[in-house]
Amino acid sequence: MRVFKQFASNFRHPSFAIGFVLSAVLIVLALLSLVWTPHPTNGVNIAARFGSPSLQHVIGTDFFGRDIFSMLMAGALTSLRVAVLAVGIGMVVGVPLGLLAAGHGGWLERLILRLNDFVFAFPAIITAIIITTLFGPSAINAMIAIGIFNIPVFARVARGGALSIWTLDYVDAARLSGLKVWQISVRHVLPNILSLLIVQATIQLSLGILAEAGLSYIGLGTQPPETSLGLMLKEAQSFFLAYPMQAVWPGLTIIIFVMALNLMGDGLRDQMDPKLSKAGGINVAG
Amino acid sequence: MKNSALHLAGLLAATLFSSTTLADELRLGLVLEPPHLDPTAGAAAAIDEVVYANLFEGLTRIDQNGAVQPSLATDWTISEDGTRYEFTLKEGVTFHDGTSFDAEDVKFSLDRARAEDSVNAQKGIFAPITKVEVMAPNKIAIEIASPQGNFLFNLGRGDAVIVAPESAETNQTNPVGTGPFKFVDWQQGSKVILEKNPDYVGNDVYLDRAIFTFISDPNAAQNAMLAGELDGFANFPAPETLEIFEADPRFDVVVGSTEGETILATNNKAEPFNDLRVRQAIAHVIDRQAIIDGAMFGYGTPIGTHFAPHHPYYVDLLDTYPHDVAKAKELLAAAGYENGFKATLKLPPPTYARRGGQILAAQLREIGIELELINVEWAQWLEDVFTKKDYDLTIVSHVEPFDIGIYANPDYYFQYDNADFQKLIEELNVSTDEARRKELAQEAQKILAEDAVNGYLFQLAKTGVWDARLSGMWPNSPVEGNDLTQVKWAD
Repeated sequence: MRVFKQFASNFRHPSFAIGFVLSAVLIVLALLSLVWTPHPTNGVNIAARFGSPSLQHVIGTDFFGRDIFSMLMAGALTSLRVAVLAVGIGMVVGVPLGLLAAGHGGWLERLILRLNDFVFAFPAIITAIIITTLFGPSAINAMIAIGIFNIPVFARVARGGALSIWTLDYVDAARLSGLKVWQISVRHVLPNILSLLIVQATIQLSLGILAEAGLSYIGLGTQPPETSLGLMLKEAQSFFLAYPMQAVWPGLTIIIFVMALNLMGDGLRDQMDPKLSKAGGINVAG
Repeated sequence: MKNSALHLAGLLAATLFSSTTLADELRLGLVLEPPHLDPTAGAAAAIDEVVYANLFEGLTRIDQNGAVQPSLATDWTISEDGTRYEFTLKEGVTFHDGTSFDAEDVKFSLDRARAEDSVNAQKGIFAPITKVEVMAPNKIAIEIASPQGNFLFNLGRGDAVIVAPESAETNQTNPVGTGPFKFVDWQQGSKVILEKNPDYVGNDVYLDRAIFTFISDPNAAQNAMLAGELDGFANFPAPETLEIFEADPRFDVVVGSTEGETILATNNKAEPFNDLRVRQAIAHVIDRQAIIDGAMFGYGTPIGTHFAPHHPYYVDLLDTYPHDVAKAKELLAAAGYENGFKATLKLPPPTYARRGGQILAAQLREIGIELELINVEWAQWLEDVFTKKDYDLTIVSHVEPFDIGIYANPDYYFQYDNADFQKLIEELNVSTDEARRKELAQEAQKILAEDAVNGYLFQLAKTGVWDARLSGMWPNSPVEGNDLTQVKWAD
């Protein structure tokens, strides 16, 4: 019930509401493409290519005569999958590092922070170029590259959040009762920085979608016959002067997707951050 | 030049560099940059695309119809038995560095190309030569082991150009030939500049300067053309954008043919493609026009066998296995695959392969053949497919002229082993009688079509885009090269 109430109160935040609805629609459509699309995405029908919007193909067909709407659904799924897994990589590696740095302190903290700075200095594109030069371009390699880029982001957020928790009395109490650093981190610190991490994850998700689109656009990400929003944009580019709508649809989808996730992330942060929100919300004592 | 602003720029440049007017300059776009500029030491077609007929000349040359014409040799006689050629050489010719050209240079070039340690990419051309003899400074004789039907054509290819002993070693970076253009500068990664050779003996060329600019990205190529930064592309990289140029009166779009047979190359020794019925089923289900339309935007000519449709020996075999899905399913069932099977399709980078592969996969799916598409880079393709023969199917364009003989090599990556066919090609290679050669070549084409050795898709088109005021550009490419000797601007 409390979760529901919290959710309902979040919804009064307009940017969260808009962002949440748009993201939900896109995510549902993307997931739906796993089991159903209006038309098959591997069906090539050259005779029907560059079709205008019609009852059968709501936003027309692409250069292979495939239904653009179906392609967008499948493309959004690839983009989402890459972004989600990249965020996963970032969290699984980054959060423990951040917790360790905050809990342990000293040389270990400095080491982790310097390593963080080192990785952070490489933009996702550079990391992706290194990885694809070594292993060849693919959606998986793009995902790994974006994931590596996410590690220091989550490590920082986790450490920053954890440091403030470590100063609280109940952590001292836990320490006095004999709990080890990792036990305190998992039992007391992690649950209390979860909201921070969720906000960050939402924002990284949108960046991940953008990065996947960018990598696929320059040919380092998803390869045909798979599809992704960035790849659709790349393929449409050479027809742009003759068939501009081919590029507009995937481009628009990327914009909406990224904007929706950002709005949702911003909205969540406004609600959860005690400094920004009068209501206080679910944090620290949660 | 083209408009007043450019004219001004031209005048400005002319004053700055105190050269003569730049009015007759051509800026031609090329997709690939050559690795170096010595056509006698590399297989890359990009080398010939810059230097062939422009900078280097051979004894003969190939004209735009694929016919043999005199070049450094003004005429020749062939002995009765077809094994001795005597050439009379053009007189007064000098290389671009001022050294003189005579029969010794020809002997040097041919002996160098056929030597044990030769790095010539087409050593096979020179293999039949048994002796090169200097008869006089302007006369040379070449003896070959057995009569060769296309020996004069081969002497006209870029790999057989004449180089000077003084400059042969440095031709890779500073090419010195006898052609109507001489080398000025190579800005690596960007362009090669050639200039008119004032000492050329023969018909003068119209252009004062030729600049070859390398642009591999189709979108960048399109933008450069639309912005007027280039005067043309002999072979424009993106067929999908040609309609933009067709609609623009500033440009001519000229669709010609190449020697590129684009095929679904099949590993004839791999299961289940070693079964003729499986290959026939694939042949029946391939819809060539859909592939040409979908991958090449309609540019390309369907082929039914491994032979160029513009060649006088070509036989139309498109209907050997007409598009018939029901028949294909029957054949597949007869071969024991009523439910189809899974196979891999390796795709090198060109559009015809990457896009064509997706269309082909959709077509083969109709009879239950599920293809896994694997994108490979050229180096990997050469290693895995061409050398190790580790593949089921691949799409590739074979661009060498008159290359049906590759099917006579059972070790070639198709792994096609047919003794009758091999005998046929053996006879074709030594036969000089035109009528007999035609008969043999046509018989060979039929065998390949009936055996459905590979899926025969289409002849790659040459889609030239250039300024409408240019004339003399080649519509076709019967040989690798961009011959600029007849190119001129309209007044």
